[in-house]
Amino acid sequence: METARHNRNRTISLTRKWMTDTGDFLLFTLRYFRELIKPPFEWRETIYQCYKSGYTSLPLVGITAFIMGLVLTLQSRPSLSVFGAESLLPGMVSVSVVREIGPVITALICAGKIGSRMGAELGAMRVTEQIDAMEVSAINPYKYLVVTRVTSTTLMLPLLVVVADAISLFASFIAVNIHADVSLLQFFSQAMEKLSYKDVMPALIKSVFFGFAIGTIGCYKGFNAAGGTASVGKAANTAVIVSSLSIFIIDLITVQITDLL
Amino acid sequence: MQNFRLVATDNIVKISSLKKSFDSITVLNDINLNISEGENLVVLGKSGAGKSTLIRCLIGLIKPDEGEICIFGKKMSEISYEELNELRLKMGFLFQNSALYDSMSVRQNLAFPLRRHKKEYSKDQVDLMVEDMLEHVGLKGAIDKMPAELSGGMSKRIGLARTLMLNPAIMLYDEPTGGLDTVTAKEIIQLILDLQKRKKISSLIITHDLACARMTADRIVMIKEGSIVAEGTYEELEKSKDEGICSYLEKS
Ligand SMILES: Nc1ncnc2c1ncn2[C@@H]1O[C@H](COP(=O)(O)OP(=O)(O)OP(=O)(O)O)[C@@H](O)[C@H]1O
Ligand SMILES: [Mg+2]
Repeated sequence: METARHNRNRTISLTRKWMTDTGDFLLFTLRYFRELIKPPFEWRETIYQCYKSGYTSLPLVGITAFIMGLVLTLQSRPSLSVFGAESLLPGMVSVSVVREIGPVITALICAGKIGSRMGAELGAMRVTEQIDAMEVSAINPYKYLVVTRVTSTTLMLPLLVVVADAISLFASFIAVNIHADVSLLQFFSQAMEKLSYKDVMPALIKSVFFGFAIGTIGCYKGFNAAGGTASVGKAANTAVIVSSLSIFIIDLITVQITDLL
Repeated sequence: MQNFRLVATDNIVKISSLKKSFDSITVLNDINLNISEGENLVVLGKSGAGKSTLIRCLIGLIKPDEGEICIFGKKMSEISYEELNELRLKMGFLFQNSALYDSMSVRQNLAFPLRRHKKEYSKDQVDLMVEDMLEHVGLKGAIDKMPAELSGGMSKRIGLARTLMLNPAIMLYDEPTGGLDTVTAKEIIQLILDLQKRKKISSLIITHDLACARMTADRIVMIKEGSIVAEGTYEELEKSKDEGICSYLEKS
């Protein structure tokens, strides 16, 4: 009886906390658009953040994409050769990489790399009062720290996805050539043949949303960290978990929408 | 000791019946306080008395639950974010833990507020001003160091230098000598006095260090459990027979 009531109270308070958190997050996100259109724009810092989240993620994204392309091709080959349909391999790989694997894997990698960095960086700045220090010297910390970071991930993620797709396809070309002799031109014409506008565009659009989600969640967790150094680790940790989860949710939603088209 | 107790010309900061609670704990309870131009006001109080909360209300980092803060005749509760920022440009705030931007070098830390607010200055001018300011706080050699490489006393002085870059008219110090040895503390105190004398800056100094209070204060206010319990010059408080004041002055 006691424990039942206790559990019920706990559930209610957890639900309430979850709801206020979600509301806070929505307000935080709306504020991004408000501050984005308000001049002056932080060009220098935005470009620097683009460099930091885009360029420095390239090696990691590249290696992962290379391995994905290689493995996908090698593993699909036996199933296709049962039907004697090896010539479909480039097309199949290109469609699955461009539509799904490229964007999602890149986004997950970035959620780990960029999301955790932003959560920890802003969390540390919050805890050591650096954000307050900006505030008191009449510098809008949201504009300087959050808008620049969210803009950078939103712009950089689609670019990283394009690079990852290209590297994956190139890896697939190498894998195809282990068993057969296909020229690069031949491979790419076969790969591109199966790709249509309807494969490419939704994938790019959803990468924009992935980037936006990684940026806003990482910054939200860091910006609102409270209570000592332990909260910095927690901010980084939850930033990764929540943004990875939201990537799958966004993916699910976009699949439903593109299916309707 | 320095006894240039200035004639109160005008109250540039007026705090009236300020209240603030966190959840159910009342931290500030009906605080009334004025700071006049060119005055060094010291707020004394035990740890947890609500000193930092008071100073954070003053600069608008915390919204008070009740009461009004009036700075340069502007009511804090009625102004917009832009007006608040204009007001903040005239106020300097030294954080308890310095709060230097640790991704920037000392030079960038000092140049940062200037580059944001004084866009008309060229890069060379900014560099010159940064060097001048560092010279002033006696840390010219640290210009290319990162905050992580500085000692506590150095960080405090750099933090002070950073707030001074924008020429504030009011300085708010949150424990300027906290955690420092007596020699370094004296240097900081000397800087504070120097600022008052040369630039006529009004200061609110929060501390629980009696030596600091004695040397810097034109007037002292004592806070206990969120209320003001005593007010006067150091000498007046020293002579007081009140038990609470005596125990505080003796114990420390
Ligand atoms: N953000 C907050 N949330 C909840 N309680 C808080 C918060 N900030 C301060 N408090 C509480 O307010 C009280 C006063 O805190 P404050 O930091 O103002 O003390 P202080 O006088 O500056 O102490 P110290 O000399 O140690 O710096 C403390 O009991 C603290 O627990
Ligand atoms: Mg304090």
